[in-house]
Order: sequence, then structure tokens, then C-alpha cells
Amino acid sequence: MTLFTELRPLSRLAEADAAEDARNEAPAGVRPATEAAATARPVPIAVISTLTIAAIIGLWSLASARGVVSPVFLPSPRQVVIAGYNLIVTGFVDATLFEHVGASLYRIFGALIASVLIGIPAGLAIGTSRLGRGILDPIVEFLRPLPPLAYLPLVIIWVGIGEASKITVIALAMLPSIILSTSAGVRSVSREHVNAARSLGAGPRQILAQVVLPSSVPSILTGIRIALGAGWTTLVAAELVAATSGIGFMIQSAAQFLVTDIVIAGIIVIALIAILLEFLARLLERRLVPWASHR
Amino acid sequence: MSILSFRDVSLRYPPRPGSRAAGNDRLVLDGINLQVASNELVAIIGRSGSGKTSLLNLAAGFIAPTSGTIAVDGVPIPGPGADRAVVFQDDALYPWLDARDNVAFPLKLKGMPRATRQARAQQLLELVGLGDAGDHHVWELSGGMRQRVGIARALAAEPRFLLLDEPLGALDALTRTRMQEFLLRIQARSGAGAVLITHSIDEALILASRVLVLSPHPGRLTAEIEAGFSAEILAGAATEKVKASPLFKRLHDGLTSLIHSLPNEEAAA
Ligand SMILES: Nc1ncnc2c1ncn2[C@@H]1O[C@H](COP(=O)(O)OP(=O)(O)OP(=O)(O)O)[C@@H](O)[C@H]1O
Ligand SMILES: [Mg+2]
Repeated sequence: MTLFTELRPLSRLAEADAAEDARNEAPAGVRPATEAAATARPVPIAVISTLTIAAIIGLWSLASARGVVSPVFLPSPRQVVIAGYNLIVTGFVDATLFEHVGASLYRIFGALIASVLIGIPAGLAIGTSRLGRGILDPIVEFLRPLPPLAYLPLVIIWVGIGEASKITVIALAMLPSIILSTSAGVRSVSREHVNAARSLGAGPRQILAQVVLPSSVPSILTGIRIALGAGWTTLVAAELVAATSGIGFMIQSAAQFLVTDIVIAGIIVIALIAILLEFLARLLERRLVPWASHR
Repeated sequence: MSILSFRDVSLRYPPRPGSRAAGNDRLVLDGINLQVASNELVAIIGRSGSGKTSLLNLAAGFIAPTSGTIAVDGVPIPGPGADRAVVFQDDALYPWLDARDNVAFPLKLKGMPRATRQARAQQLLELVGLGDAGDHHVWELSGGMRQRVGIARALAAEPRFLLLDEPLGALDALTRTRMQEFLLRIQARSGAGAVLITHSIDEALILASRVLVLSPHPGRLTAEIEAGFSAEILAGAATEKVKASPLFKRLHDGLTSLIHSLPNEEAAA
């Protein structure tokens, strides 16, 4: 019995040795893999993705060429490209594609500015003061899970059908993520950074402006990126319901006339802009807070 | 000259959440009496968990003592202040500022115009041997360079006392030795007093005019040694020679056996 209990740690040691040996042998074991890689290099994901897109477009043209689906439901890729070209040149429902996109971008950036101006101070208040947190938390938690289209009618009643209502709704859709990311950034500020400032003579306001705010910028930018995504989906949906211009309105009008090629062209434009916004936001993060990855 | 003083200071942390046992709040420092003049460097050594950082945090004003007073020139400290600048073990530099702006940070807090404070920060960077590194991001600097930026930043506040919490702890042996001499000269030139927390008996003996030993559970200052080696080194003696002297060895051995005779954290836990 004693022998057995004494042996167990020993055998565990042996296991550890074996594991160690296996690790030491790993480089040798790896070599065949790299040789294999040299002959059959794994296909880059980007290539796979491109192939997927090509396959979808291929199937799509096949389906419309064979007349599997009526062109009213599914116009051919060629038709969609032509529709896109016409959108750019002559436009649809009183505006060119760029004017529609411009109207949409105007709304989203107007809303972004409004929600940043409100959201960052609100987030700072939540992150730094019990009072602020007590007051604002329930409001944010109420707003956050609401689908923006649910309060769109109310906003229209309150501020009218014009631009203001759309900007308000989009701003409300963007606010929670900006507020929450700001307060999360504030709460994650390093204790030592704050203490260092205090011991170097900083007062509470200086700590807020010189330490807490700058150290929250990465988190705030992430919030803005998420907000842009949320804002964009809300925007298109809001334009479907209540607008006389904008990319969402364009799709809605085209659908009413069963101009499916414009609908599809519009959807593709929406997706491309969403990707572009995401890209720009990431670029901004890299430019403004190169230090965020070096903390 | 100023005096930083601890009078009958004790510190008790609240009990760990979860441990219900009565009287489980932990007395970390007890009966601490200490005076540091603004022209000397005092080293505090002690085992891990003996309360060294807690003692320094008290001096900085980050935390308040449970009883007793901490004062500068007889005036109880109201909290943290630029008269007691802290250099942290892991530098606590601001990554969103370059090295020069980090050093200029305390000057900015004072409202000094940008051009003036940048020039002053540049002088301080040159003082710590980093005249060329001002435009670097802090993450581009090595550990030793970052520590020097941290020291320059603390000096920019023109403190009466530097509070150094194992500032060299994360450095390799060679860099550490160089930084020790550097620290010694900087402190002597700055005209600020210093409290240096360290694990290294060597370091304490080389740098400090007095070495205090903090014994754990609860933390008490149990021994004090007057060490004159820093004066010798400042006067030009080679550090290696000083370390080789019989007196240094005797003090070193004495401190080593003293610290080993103290209970350690594991034994008490
Ligand atoms: N904020 C705190 N709340 C509760 N207990 C704490 C706190 N900070 C430190 N302690 C406890 O106080 C004791 C002393 O900690 P302190 O950090 O001062 O030791 P130290 O001597 O600096 O150790 P080390 O050499 O490892 O840095 C430890 O038992 C620690 O767990
Ligand atoms: Mg410590």
C-alpha cells in the first residue's frame, strides 16, 4: 500500500518526462509536416471565400439563364449590373444612386455625431459616478434591447416625418453601444495609471481628462464601430418605412414596382457600404490608438 | 530639508470576502515608526507579503492608515500629492503618450505651456541618458529605458520624496546593476529623499544610507542598519570593490540570516 502511494508521484514524474520527450522530439516530428506543406500548401481562406462568391454568382446566372426562376423574382447578374450602372447614371425615384447613398450617409453620420456627443459623457458618468450609474443604467438597459423600429412611430409623432426623426432613431440605436463601451473603458482604466497621476499632482478633473478619457479611447472606438453597424441596419430599415430618399427608400420603391434588379443592386450597395464603414472604423482605430495593442 | 514621518502607523485590510470567521481582518502593518529626510535614501527590505507595498502606498497617500499619522514636516498628508512621487514596479507609463510627453505629464498638470514643458522634459530625458528617445512610443523602449522614463517623470514633479516600489525588480542582472548606480546618482543630484522598496539585499546596501527590515505578520520594522556604501560609491569607489569589502559581506550575511529567520508567508498562511 505504502509502496503504491509512493509510486504514484514517481509514475507521474515519468509521465511528465515522457511529455517532455515528446515536446523535445516535436521539431523532428514537425519536419514532415512542413515538407508536406511545401508541396501541398493549404489553400488561403481568401481564395476559398472568393471561390464561394464566384460559385454563388455562377449558380445564380445558371438559374436565371435556364429560366429556372422568373426574371421578376431573380434577374440575371448581368441585369443587376446594368441596373447598377443605370442607377449611377440616371438614377431611380428622382435621385441617382450617389444621391440616395449620400442621403443615407448624411443621416448615419449626423446620428453618429449626436450619439457620440451624448454617449461619451453619459458613459463617463456611468463609469465614474455612482449617481450617474444609478440614473443612467436603467435608461440604457431599457433602450438597449428595443428594436429601433419599435419606437420609430413614436419618434415620428414627436419630431415629425422629416430628417430629424430618422436621425433621432438611428442615434438612439447607436447610443447604447457607445455609452456601454465608454463606461466599460472607464472601468477598465488601470489603477496604477490613476495612482501615478495622483502622485504626480493630478486632481480629479485632470485624472478624468488626462488619464481616464485617453485610456478609454480604444474601447470607445470599438463602441463606435459596433454603433455604426447597428446604425446602418436601423437606417436602411427606417428608410424602408418612412423616407423620400436614401438607399432603403430606393429599394422599397423599386420593390413596389417589382423592379427586382434595382432591389438586388441596392442590397449589394448596402452590404458594400457596411463593409466599407467597418473598414474605415478599423483604420481609424489603428491610426488613433496604435498603442491599444501594446498595453 | 523636509522630513517624511510615520508615527505609530498600523494598517488593517478588511477580511477577504467569503471568509466569515470573526476577527479575520488582516493586520498588515503594526507600530510603524519611520523618519526619512529629504536628502537620504532609505531602503526597506522584507519578504514577499510582508507589507512593503502597503507601506509605500501609505506614504504615497493612496491608502489611509488604520491608526497613526503620516506627515511631511509635521503636517499630516491629505492624500496623494506631487511632493511624494511614486515610481512603480511595472513603470505605469501612459502608452498613449510618447516618452517625452510622459516625462512632461506632471508639468502639464501644473499648467506649464507646451514648449516650456517639452524643453524641460527633454532635459530630464538627457539626465537619465535617454536624450534620443523622446519621440519613441513607450512600448518601443526596453524595460530599463522605461524605468528611466518613469524616474524622469517622477523627477519632473520636483517631489520632496521619491517613493520607489521595486523599480528595478523586472530587470536582468546586468541592467539592474547599471541602473542601481544610475539611481544612486540621480537621487543624490535631485535633492529629493527616497524610500526604496527592494527584495535585493545587495541593492539595499549599495543604494541606501539606512536599510530597514520589515518582518511580516504583522509587518513591523525590526532592524535598521546604517550603510555607508552609497557615499563611497558616490565618492568614486567602484561598486564591485565595495561589494567585495569585508564589512559589506558581514552586513550582507547578517541581513540574509536575519531575513531567513523571519517567518515567511507560506508558513503563516
Ligand atoms: N488592497 C488590499 N486588500 C487586502 N489585502 C491586501 C491588499 N493589498 C495587499 N494586501 C495583503 O497585505 C499583505 C501585504 O501585501 P503587500 O503587497 O504590501 O506586500 P509586499 O511586501 O509588497 O509583497 P511583495 O514583495 O510580494 O510585493 C499581503 O498579505 C496581501 O495579501
Ligand atoms: Mg509589493
